[in-house]
Amino acid sequence: MSTLEIRGLKVSVDTENGAVEILKGVDLTIKSGETHAIMGPNGSGKSTLAYSIAGHPKYNITAGTVTLDGADVLEMTVDERAKAGLFLAMQYPVEVPGVSVSNFLRTAVTALRGEAPKLRTWVGEVKDAMEALNMDPSFAQRNVNEGFSGGEKKRHEIMQLELLKPKIAILDETDSGLDVDALRIVSEGVNRAKETNNIGVVLITHYTRILRYIQPDFVHVFANGKIVEEGGPELADKLEANGYAEYVSA
Amino acid sequence: MTTLTTNYLTPTGREEAWRFTPLKRLGGMHDGSAIVADRHSLTLAGSKATGVSFELKSVSNAPVLSESDDAIVGRIREAARDVAVLTISANIEVTEPVILKRTPGDLHSAEFARVQINVENHARATIIVENTGDTHLAEDIEIYVAPGANLTLVSLQEWGAQTVHAGRQHAIVDRDANFKSIIVTIGGSLVRLLPTVEFAGPGASCELFGVYFATSGQFFEHRMFVDHKVPNAKSRVNYKGALAGDQAHTVWIGDVFIRAAAEGTDTYELNRNLLLSDGARADSVPNLEIETGEIVGAGHASTTGRFDDEQLFYLMSRGINLSDARRLVVRGFFSEIISEIGHEGIQVRLMDRIDNELTKAGA
Repeated sequence: MSTLEIRGLKVSVDTENGAVEILKGVDLTIKSGETHAIMGPNGSGKSTLAYSIAGHPKYNITAGTVTLDGADVLEMTVDERAKAGLFLAMQYPVEVPGVSVSNFLRTAVTALRGEAPKLRTWVGEVKDAMEALNMDPSFAQRNVNEGFSGGEKKRHEIMQLELLKPKIAILDETDSGLDVDALRIVSEGVNRAKETNNIGVVLITHYTRILRYIQPDFVHVFANGKIVEEGGPELADKLEANGYAEYVSA
Repeated sequence: MTTLTTNYLTPTGREEAWRFTPLKRLGGMHDGSAIVADRHSLTLAGSKATGVSFELKSVSNAPVLSESDDAIVGRIREAARDVAVLTISANIEVTEPVILKRTPGDLHSAEFARVQINVENHARATIIVENTGDTHLAEDIEIYVAPGANLTLVSLQEWGAQTVHAGRQHAIVDRDANFKSIIVTIGGSLVRLLPTVEFAGPGASCELFGVYFATSGQFFEHRMFVDHKVPNAKSRVNYKGALAGDQAHTVWIGDVFIRAAAEGTDTYELNRNLLLSDGARADSVPNLEIETGEIVGAGHASTTGRFDDEQLFYLMSRGINLSDARRLVVRGFFSEIISEIGHEGIQVRLMDRIDNELTKAGA
């Protein structure tokens, strides 16, 4: 049982016009097995929250705390956060030329488990994960995210979620750019990973359609750098009907 | 041993061709002050395959195939008494790579070596030249790729830290022939190579690949020249370099000349440099001179940059620590070209050496 606790988190970025505050005090608690949907309009700071937790150097934490089972996440380097059990599925996964998916995954899993996986079982693990996400076996020999379609990038992120087995996963707009079939396959992957490893999931999204495939336990509405309303799945239905207008104008 | 006496036009450092090179570190190979070593350090490794011959010929039996205005090539031609000649017979396909090795010499004299590689009509071969240890070497390799022939030449500079190596690898590529060159420079104090190509018949093509990795104090210069003087020839140049440590310095010059007669030319050259630390300097100068507009394409690109923070973040967000993430990125950067060698054992060896250099440089 793991708990990610975010308390009073304020984050700014440096711009030409000085520091601009993007997160204005975020409180959120995610426990193993729970699914939290964070919904909000573009520019509300949802992705900033995701990247700040993962430790992207662009974001300056100016106040607040983030702890995972009591350990101070903000003191950790990016790789230490992953080793502690955090995972970020990125909206725009980065190309790494010349590094094969197979080599990348093996290096990552070796770092996370502290030892190289046994070759035979590992090959099987990767093969199963790829098959489950409808990915061609040749995918493992391609360079990380290089020349991937939008859908392939997202499947690759979710494949990592299944193989790396984090405690808490933040999925940043994993649904964007997916057609209906790909959305279903990717969502099944998330549900499978969650059930198998009892992962706590934070689902960041602009649209409600992914919530038809991944049932949230909690819905948080994000606007102007903070959570402005919280509720159960019924809140998503209200957003579907009314949009974000009332939160943006408020 | 003798000392060269002929007074060539000795470079001063003000010439375009020499403006980057630290002349004082050339061991006198450029100005005639080097003592000429009496040695032939190039040997054929392993047994001779069918259709492969390797012999030492006197210079009178191996006249030069090409012109050169390079001062060091001029001195090599005066000093050399013999020429190491490797021939691949016509219509022969040599399946295993032919491996030539240069054995180390000494640092008090310089070997002035002439080499000829002759790939006869419709022959096909891969030749790998392995350079290791410490030596002073001035070397002119002339290559003739006959009509319809196909040569891959891999030149590995895995020298020790004291080596000074100045050389030219000049390929004459005839009708419908293909020449592929892969030059890897990861060892030595000073290495200055001139990979040059002269197309002698239409339908010829060349691919010039290279990687270099310079750490503290190393100077590596690669100066291409592709002479499109016949119609319908194709050239591709792709060199990648990384630099780490104080005073690491690399130079890449890509000269392409499309003469009036070279209609239908298709050429593209690319140089990318990765600066892994402060205090290193990468010079990159592509030059394209065009005398005809009737061409398929002509272009070039040159970039020099640092580690991409987004790549490192992505890798680290999967638990990979900073130094391993950097190592992966550097390996990935070079692998596109290293994999062109097509010899698994050598590729692994080169990547391991690059890893070691990276570790030593603390980058």
